[in-house]
Amino acid sequence: MSAVIGHDHGHAHGHDYHSGGILRWVKTTNHKDIGTMYLWFSFIMFLTGGVMAMVIRAELFMPGMQVVNPEVFNQMTTLHGLIMVFGAIMPAFVGFANWLIPMQIGAPDMAFPRLNNWSFWLLPPAALLLIISLFVPGGAPGVGWTLYAPLSVQQGMGMDLTIFAVHILGMSSIMGSINIITTVLNLRAPGMTLMKMPLFVWTWLITAYLLIAVMPVLAGAVTMTLTDRHFGTHFFNAAGGGDPVLFQHIFWFFGHPEVYIIAIPAFGVVSQVIPAFSRKPLFGYTSMVYAVASIAILSFLVWAHHMYTTGLPVTGQLYYMYATMLIAVPTGVKVFNWVATMWKGSLSFETPMLFSIGFLFLFTLGGFSGLVLSIVPVDIQLHDTYYVVAHFHYVMVAGALFSAFAGIYFWLPKWTGHMYDETLGKWHFWLSMIFFNMIFFVQHFLGLAGMPRRIPDYAPQFTDFNMISSIGAFGFGLSQLLFLYVVIKCIRSTNVAPQKPWEGADSLEWTHLPTPVPYHSFETPPTVK
Amino acid sequence: MIKTLCAKIGICGLTMLIPGLAWAEDKAKWNLQEPHTAVAREMYDLHTIVLVICLIIFVGVFGAMFYSVIKHRKSAGHRAAHFHENTTVEILWTIIPFFILIGMAWPATKSVLAMRDTSSPDMTIKITGYQWKWGYEYLKGEGDLSGIADGVQFYSVLATPHDQIYGNAPKGEHYLLEVDNPLVVPAGKKIRLLITANDVLHAWYMPAFGVKQDAVPGFIRDAWFKVDQPGTYRGQCAELCGKEHGFMPIVVEALEPAKFAEWAGSHKTAAAPAATAVAAAAGPEKTVAGKATGDGKGTYEKVCSVCHAAGVAGAPKFGDKSAWAPRIATGADALHNSALKGKNAMPPKGGMTTLADADVVAAVDYMVKAAK
Repeated sequence: MSAVIGHDHGHAHGHDYHSGGILRWVKTTNHKDIGTMYLWFSFIMFLTGGVMAMVIRAELFMPGMQVVNPEVFNQMTTLHGLIMVFGAIMPAFVGFANWLIPMQIGAPDMAFPRLNNWSFWLLPPAALLLIISLFVPGGAPGVGWTLYAPLSVQQGMGMDLTIFAVHILGMSSIMGSINIITTVLNLRAPGMTLMKMPLFVWTWLITAYLLIAVMPVLAGAVTMTLTDRHFGTHFFNAAGGGDPVLFQHIFWFFGHPEVYIIAIPAFGVVSQVIPAFSRKPLFGYTSMVYAVASIAILSFLVWAHHMYTTGLPVTGQLYYMYATMLIAVPTGVKVFNWVATMWKGSLSFETPMLFSIGFLFLFTLGGFSGLVLSIVPVDIQLHDTYYVVAHFHYVMVAGALFSAFAGIYFWLPKWTGHMYDETLGKWHFWLSMIFFNMIFFVQHFLGLAGMPRRIPDYAPQFTDFNMISSIGAFGFGLSQLLFLYVVIKCIRSTNVAPQKPWEGADSLEWTHLPTPVPYHSFETPPTVK
Repeated sequence: MIKTLCAKIGICGLTMLIPGLAWAEDKAKWNLQEPHTAVAREMYDLHTIVLVICLIIFVGVFGAMFYSVIKHRKSAGHRAAHFHENTTVEILWTIIPFFILIGMAWPATKSVLAMRDTSSPDMTIKITGYQWKWGYEYLKGEGDLSGIADGVQFYSVLATPHDQIYGNAPKGEHYLLEVDNPLVVPAGKKIRLLITANDVLHAWYMPAFGVKQDAVPGFIRDAWFKVDQPGTYRGQCAELCGKEHGFMPIVVEALEPAKFAEWAGSHKTAAAPAATAVAAAAGPEKTVAGKATGDGKGTYEKVCSVCHAAGVAGAPKFGDKSAWAPRIATGADALHNSALKGKNAMPPKGGMTTLADADVVAAVDYMVKAAK
């Protein structure tokens, strides 16, 4: 590197401070490298979990058993859930956090770069354990991603591998969260007060606290399962003084905040994208922060709404119903704020904005079906039916996944230095939108008509909707290969992106950093007015 | 822009067209099943109320959004305003939803209280979930009808033949929703259910009655229903309970009280003489113990293989010499006895109480031979 290029610090450092080849990725402590690895890892897991979803939908295409046997079907539903939640969606948003938090608060890197490396490299072994469980005697656990006892106690050694995978994933999440909290609280540039942070940073600060609070609880639940299985304890066995329902209480004390661990960073991404393409500042920034914080607190107080049919006392059912309904208030505030941000803006509809509007529209639909499910007597009918499957896919796929797509298209030019193909991006959006609704909208009707979830075969009156749903699923799966093509095409493109390709974008990574961002950014902190 | 508009219209068309096609054909497919108890009717109405409120809010919010999408676009020359807060509006849209929610919670609370009131039943039935069948037992206790059928007990197993499931025979009218022995109850009477499980969680789910209650091993939960009309009602297990979870349906036959008394009478007399575990009563047209066929292999394939083929719940696997050796060592009589009376997770006669003793013995001998 010559002295002349040395002034271009991004380029020079880009080659000075990291080893080449595969070791660069193994040893890297750079937040951008680690963010990239998180995102690719989550995409690979997304395809893996997606293949399992295809197996499920192929079996459910018509009545009768055709593709797999019931044991394998149950293993597919279990692994699909675990892999999508822990392998695809959560790491995707940690990838965004790694890439964006330091740039958006004017920090040079994450607070603990080595810890950051370690929290990523724990993920591949955990994912391997989950995959390997398919091939051990007895196969992967066929208990659903909720791992309910006592069925989980009956399973083969695949269950033990899953338990260890959950332990490792939990460690990774906790370390990542400690890193994020420390970075946000300590490494902000001068003048970047908490209430000036981009909303994406706020949502991750709150999410990180949620993760630290609940991941150990999940670890506790699966460890109790492990000791019940092998070491003669009876936490979940009534014959020894335990209670199977105890597992559900512990699991959902983790599980409900987990829903928001997935949703809140998605809120953050959308809150960056919608103002940018509305060319208007986010409406009600302060109330957005308070709404996210109150959703986070409420998420700890509503867990047993997943358990209305377990035989809760009537006062318990009433309390959990009221508390759950209350979540509609801050969630409503957020939706109103997003719409008010668009109101009287100067809107344009590039791919990130399309995905954000898709998110807003469908996530709200998922919110409404959530409100329907919060009503105890209605939930008695709908619990453990396809209505619930439809509901949480509206929240997780049209919510979290669509927002992740919005974020990828939004920041891809910044990350790679190239513009993606706008036409193909729009195709990806419309295909995803149409096929998504084909898969999941009809499942509301299946659930209402009484089709239970997690069954490999069904009565003939459910056939039409299952066929529509399966066709939608195959279409949705194929559409995601188009996404892969768009991303690879963008990386290899020669279409250079400007520093700020989006007119209305205003956070530090757009206003202060060149495109593509240099390997090391903000070595001297910017001053924020 | 035209392209995106076309696509939008396409989506709207798609979501409206698919339902439109089949709407007239079968209305029940699009909503909750037709309710047949007062509780299920309340659930149905409550769902309708909440759905309508949600739809109104949905149309309001997204009407505003799509108005903005069409009118406030840059390509239409709209310049962005610069407001980013409005305290009055923000307070309003926090408080108004709160009152809407109270409006929903009020009727819901009344329904919950009614739904959970299991007091003063006319009759009590104990339901036990097994991997993978239901056990029913009419209990002695509270209520005018409790004496009519007390002591009658039986198992209820999927009646759909294997061949229909695996595509070797055309599927019947009630494919997967048919059982050998339905639960028989009197119509118009308050039936209290005491629900438990033997092994893992199950859930007793009868959509037309508005009943879904988890069956928790080691604990007893309660629920109730009072069916309006005689008839046959169908439901399924709703909590994942292992590989045959999709194959343990629930069928309830509601009879006129007089006919029910007749049914109960015939089953009580059938059950009374045999006071042992074998005493479980079978369905209306079946005798307690079926005619012996002496076909060990057939009996194995029909009944025993459910667990013994794969080694479920600790059952020794068919043909697994090491698993069978210690059991064979206890002697043929002991083995026959465990099969007849039940052992560990295995219920008497593997739960198929209608089998003749001789057939059970023949099936055991068949399995022993395969493991020697």
